[in-house]
Amino acid sequence: MLAYIVRRLGYAIPILIGVNLITFALFFVVNTPDQMARVHLGDKHVSEDAIQQWKAQRGYDVPLFFNAESDNPLRDTIFFQKSLTLLVFDFGLSDEGRAIGQDIKERMWPSLAVQIPTLIIGLIVNISFALFVVLFRASVFELAAMILCVVMLSISSVFYVIGGQFFFAKLWNLVPISGYLHGIEAWKFLILPVIIGVIAGIGSGTRLYRTLFLEEASRDYIRTARAKGVSELRVLFRHLLPNGLIPVLTGVVVVIPSLFMGSLLIESFFGIPGLGSYTLDAIQAQDFAIVRAMVFLGSVLYILGLILTDISYTMVDPRVKLS
Amino acid sequence: MIQPVFLWSDILIFTLVLAVVFFLWQLRRQPLTRKRWHAVFASRIGMSSFLIIMTYVLIALLDSIHYREALPTTPSTHEAVLTASAPTAYSNEVKSLLDWLLSDLTKTKETTYSAPFALYSFAKESRVDDNGQVTRVFPRLQHVASHLLNDQQRLIDITAHSIKALFIGLLIALPLVGLHWFWRRSKGPSQLPWLTAYLTITILIVSATWMILLSQHYHIFGTDKIGTDVLYQSIKSIRTGILIGTLATLLALPLAIILGISAGYFKGWIDDAVQYLYTTLSSIPGILLIAASVLLIDVYIETHADEFTLTALRADFKFLALCAILGLTSWTGLCRLLRAETLKVSQLDYVQAAHAFGVSHRRIIGRHILPNVTHIVLIALVLDFSAFVLAEAVLSYIGVGVDASMHSWGNMINAARSELSRDPFIWWPVLSAFIFMFVLVLAANLFADEVRHAFDPHRVKEPRV
Amino acid sequence: MRWLTVVVFFTFAFILAGCDASPWNNPHSSEEDGLKVLYSNFAERPKHLDPARSYSSDESRFIAQIYEPPLQYHYLKRPYQLTPLTLTEMPALHYEDEQGNVLSNNTGKPTYSVYTLTLQPGIRYQPHPAFAVDEAQQPWYRTERLAALPAVRSLADFTEVGTRELRADDYIYQMKRLADPARLAPLRGLLSEYIVGMNELTEQISEARRELPEHAWLDLRDFEFTGVEKVNDHQFRIRLHGTYPQFIYWLAFHFFAPIPWEVDAFYHLPGLAERNINLNWHPVGTGPFMMTENNPNAQIVLERNPHFRGEPYPSEGEAGDAEAGLLSDAGRTMPFIDKAVYRLEKEAIPIWTKFLQGYYDRSAIASDSFDQAISMTGEGIDLSDDMRALGITLDRAVMPVTYYMGFNMLDPVVGGYDDRARKLRHAIAIAYNEEEYINIFMNGRGETAMGPIPPGIFGYQSGADGINRSVFDWQDNRPIRKPLAIAKQLLAEAGYPDGRDKVTGQPLVLNLDTTGAGSNNARINWIISQFRQLGIQLNIRSTDYNRFKEKMENGNAQIFYWGWMADYPDPENFLFLLVGDNAQVDSKSGVNASNYKNAEYDALFERMRLMENGPERMAIIRDMLALLQHDMPWGSSFHAHSYVLNNSWVSNSKPHGIANNILKYLNIDHEQRQREQQWRNQPVLWPIVVVILGLLILVLPGYFAFQRRQQRRVGE
Repeated sequence: MLAYIVRRLGYAIPILIGVNLITFALFFVVNTPDQMARVHLGDKHVSEDAIQQWKAQRGYDVPLFFNAESDNPLRDTIFFQKSLTLLVFDFGLSDEGRAIGQDIKERMWPSLAVQIPTLIIGLIVNISFALFVVLFRASVFELAAMILCVVMLSISSVFYVIGGQFFFAKLWNLVPISGYLHGIEAWKFLILPVIIGVIAGIGSGTRLYRTLFLEEASRDYIRTARAKGVSELRVLFRHLLPNGLIPVLTGVVVVIPSLFMGSLLIESFFGIPGLGSYTLDAIQAQDFAIVRAMVFLGSVLYILGLILTDISYTMVDPRVKLS
Repeated sequence: MIQPVFLWSDILIFTLVLAVVFFLWQLRRQPLTRKRWHAVFASRIGMSSFLIIMTYVLIALLDSIHYREALPTTPSTHEAVLTASAPTAYSNEVKSLLDWLLSDLTKTKETTYSAPFALYSFAKESRVDDNGQVTRVFPRLQHVASHLLNDQQRLIDITAHSIKALFIGLLIALPLVGLHWFWRRSKGPSQLPWLTAYLTITILIVSATWMILLSQHYHIFGTDKIGTDVLYQSIKSIRTGILIGTLATLLALPLAIILGISAGYFKGWIDDAVQYLYTTLSSIPGILLIAASVLLIDVYIETHADEFTLTALRADFKFLALCAILGLTSWTGLCRLLRAETLKVSQLDYVQAAHAFGVSHRRIIGRHILPNVTHIVLIALVLDFSAFVLAEAVLSYIGVGVDASMHSWGNMINAARSELSRDPFIWWPVLSAFIFMFVLVLAANLFADEVRHAFDPHRVKEPRV
Repeated sequence: MRWLTVVVFFTFAFILAGCDASPWNNPHSSEEDGLKVLYSNFAERPKHLDPARSYSSDESRFIAQIYEPPLQYHYLKRPYQLTPLTLTEMPALHYEDEQGNVLSNNTGKPTYSVYTLTLQPGIRYQPHPAFAVDEAQQPWYRTERLAALPAVRSLADFTEVGTRELRADDYIYQMKRLADPARLAPLRGLLSEYIVGMNELTEQISEARRELPEHAWLDLRDFEFTGVEKVNDHQFRIRLHGTYPQFIYWLAFHFFAPIPWEVDAFYHLPGLAERNINLNWHPVGTGPFMMTENNPNAQIVLERNPHFRGEPYPSEGEAGDAEAGLLSDAGRTMPFIDKAVYRLEKEAIPIWTKFLQGYYDRSAIASDSFDQAISMTGEGIDLSDDMRALGITLDRAVMPVTYYMGFNMLDPVVGGYDDRARKLRHAIAIAYNEEEYINIFMNGRGETAMGPIPPGIFGYQSGADGINRSVFDWQDNRPIRKPLAIAKQLLAEAGYPDGRDKVTGQPLVLNLDTTGAGSNNARINWIISQFRQLGIQLNIRSTDYNRFKEKMENGNAQIFYWGWMADYPDPENFLFLLVGDNAQVDSKSGVNASNYKNAEYDALFERMRLMENGPERMAIIRDMLALLQHDMPWGSSFHAHSYVLNNSWVSNSKPHGIANNILKYLNIDHEQRQREQQWRNQPVLWPIVVVILGLLILVLPGYFAFQRRQQRRVGE
């Protein structure tokens, strides 16, 4: 097991280097250090030597990949100093001069505060709905529920946010419309984003889980149980649910690490200072030091998710061997 | 005099249409696939959602035939033309066939916001009355129901027009339906739900007539900031929605098919390389990849500014690039599926046998592998469609969506951010975008369900309602 | 399903139990209930709070409350007027010749002008760990002691604090920082042209820095600044080359705020920069407020500085101020509020909603984000009846800002100084209906500009004399835009009858360069329609901000939008936007974006710059404006109006176009606010009931159907 994990982590390194290369190429083709300096120095009274100073302070005054003038031609380059340092989780300073590592540490908590309840409540709600639908399969209820699911699936999440804010916060004064406070008072800011996150996920979630449960319901042991005259509820909760949950949960494992990244849309609409809005702000401000760091973090978490999924498979099904 | 304009996206979409027609034509020789398609259309939902999608597609195609109008010759230019025998000059405004059809809607421009069916503008204007006093009043809209004698008649007028529209709509729809009914009866019984089809078509025609008729006298969905009809914008946005839904998958398709199949078929280092490529690409958060690439396109356009002489060319290039990048972010999933399926298919006995007989790789892939994985491609195509339409709205919100000069639902929703923060708020543009987008995505989702149901062999055959 | 209901039930039971005096949707911390806290918001996170570096209004709205430069603007008087802030009186100015002899009168061209600044005694800094000292009067926090301390995460972890008196050295230290190239002070280039010895100092400092490790502290006290002379602890002199009358305005800018060397030394202690503890994020000043929390990701909090000397509220203003209640606090000691909380808000909808709910005290519309206007009402500049019923008041003021549509004078089509190009520009200027733009896109919050100089600044003329005769006629006591026919006539004379080239018959195609952020479909269509009136075809070349700036800098743009916000209330600050030496392509300074060059204009500018305000200066300005109206480097321009809405409990609010240190003047009635918040935010409960009922309706028939099904027998 341990050997497997170590090997998988070893595979991750070339992937992460590849990710670094791609993002690095993308961003430095787009903006030369000079252009970045101009953006960060503002519009008024920008002199040429201020640009040189800025580049020197941020470490952008060296060549991109190969420094012929230096004793260490590969080390003294932007790619080595800005991108490869990410591999040891040294995020460095953002282009506006803040420590990115510190910002990520601070902003990860609000993201998790939204994402974890959304995931858990979403799971509970979706599984309940799916069970409900399975219980009444081949009835009017199933038809109604499935139509509702498709309808909810077809509405852009932007509308859920706009509608939720308008009704819950503006018209009915039930919750604050946006914002965030650290500590215990955070809960009132979380209600609406979580509700919206859950509702926006009901359509696809319920449909997916319903299929999984139906697949499980067609298995022999369920039929046997039914044939023995076990009550429908008992079949559902004692037999179907525990077994049906396995694919649901192994499916969920892959998204758990990426919860850290937060939700771009929800966070920026609700003014939650998490990593999602951090990323969005960085894109809009063209702060590529942050974007590079976030791309890297996202890739790491994605790979972590894949590994966790594999491990969770072996845990629920001993027949699966890690190789 | 007009000059046709061929935008790259126009060419691609018509190529796609041709491809689909060809696909349908060669379907005649494949009884199994035919049966599956038959199953899709045998369901009432499949039939009516298909008809709705086709209506959208038709509008998108009409909007994909572009031209530039010649500028009128004026006395002064006449002279110049005579002396220099210069070529005709064309307007730099690229219009489409749809614009020509909807020219009524473009001409009825007001000055600023007005609510749906409103008679008066939403914003007050300063008026100097006879006594020289300045008063602020809501001005009467210029192009709305000028035949009304007083404002109270509006409701009656709308009802009267609606009834008229209903009759005209039925008058158009019924003969069409009737003709088809007679034609079909002569061919014997059919299992397809034609009644549903007739109903859908009638409803579509009646609502189209209603919109056309009432938009002559009112702004059905109101007007926007500069007084453009919101209905017109929503209809123009259809092309963007349809194209982004189809072209995004289409542009990434060759890559996914070639790489996916070769990874699964050749195995070895090719497989490793392909796997490395798609794991790397899919581990980059999609939105960041899109944002970076959109900036890249801006750089390209700026450095090749001479090739993009028209605003429309610029917007179109950006749009296509966006489609390609969107496709790229979703490409990895399809590639993985294709690889797995190819692995499975190439283990089959007859493929192995073909190998043993020394049949060339190209022939094996073409004859045995490709036909066996088409259903995966098809399902991916229909499933991704609605996801891309929805994604466009979010991307425009983030600011990396389609060009601002293009009509799109995403841009309309984006504009709603400041419109909804007004007081009283302006709800109609966002509502209109919502309705048009919702109908398309809903139909696409329903249709995708039916297609998946019919084509996916692994899907549980659950009891049908 | 059943336990879902239970969850819902308990959630709401919890909410109901937690319902105390504060409304449910209160976005502020309940700890602040009942305190005199002003709530506001910010959209752009401040990037640099270092007074040497910061140069944007997003930043100065914070640091202007903390740092005190020698001078400030009078809060109420108009036109804008400078008054002493930390000085006992306005700086004394005398002139010297080359040998340093004092010249009795300003005759000819003096070699030096010398400003003498005298500080008020007894001004003290806010409490700060940099001032903490041990028994030996040495700074408490030193590198060797830092290692022994428990882990430091924020500034609040430094428990020892101290204060000290403001000294002339602190101002001198900051001026040396301005000269330090590592500070990236935007004004260094400009100031070093005037302040004696600044260039030499810059060179010495960069020399010294070369031997220093990257983040080490360089003690600037060791350097000699020949142009700045300390007389005693409360007096110092600044020596300028020649004359620079506008210098006095810079003394009211935070660039000249005092920075004690202790603070600079403290922030350079090892390990602090990695925790974002530096002068860029944690300002230290003598002003009425101090920053107690700086989390640019969420909120910024200013609190009353306990050591603030106390400054009386002004007792005179301009006419009408007394009637508006702006003098009711006259003579009382400022500041009036205890705390100001700024929350990060990016979206327009929440800001506006929270203002109406009473959670933000004021709703300002930043003049530079005019495009994303939060419009008050559909009725343009009026307050609607709903607003009046809430007791909301409106402050309006013309901002010293000019936004313009410029032509690139280097462009072969629209640029150039010959008759053809000039007439083309004139034609566009007449056809481009700025009034309509302001009405539609800014809800009337602006006025068409007749020249670069905005109202409220010397050189602006209202009425018939002030209008731009190339575009407007004076009729019925107001300016009337010239008819389109004249524009068409001019276009024909330029060689483009009906927008077609006279010779080839080809249409005239122009390009508008813009950034993606500022453009939306409606705006683009409107702009195109303005040019279409003349038959001109307009292409929009929208691109991202970097590309746009690059085009501007290389002179590749054709028509563009640009703007300028006043640094100080002097016509020089606007007329220099068109001076040839400042041309964008040559100077890269971001000033003369049109690359306009006119020797006659430049000569007049040079004369005007050094003059005192008066009829003579006015005459020269009029000549300069006439040149601009003739050459028309800007197609159209407007001055934005500032509209600030105040909830009824806010008093002493008066917009100031230039000063940012306005927080100390503001007053709020927080008890009234609490009452208003209560009744404006009554929660509406029926939707919750409906949701629960809806779930029941969904569950119950299902339950019955299930019962029926359970009783069904096999084979039935």
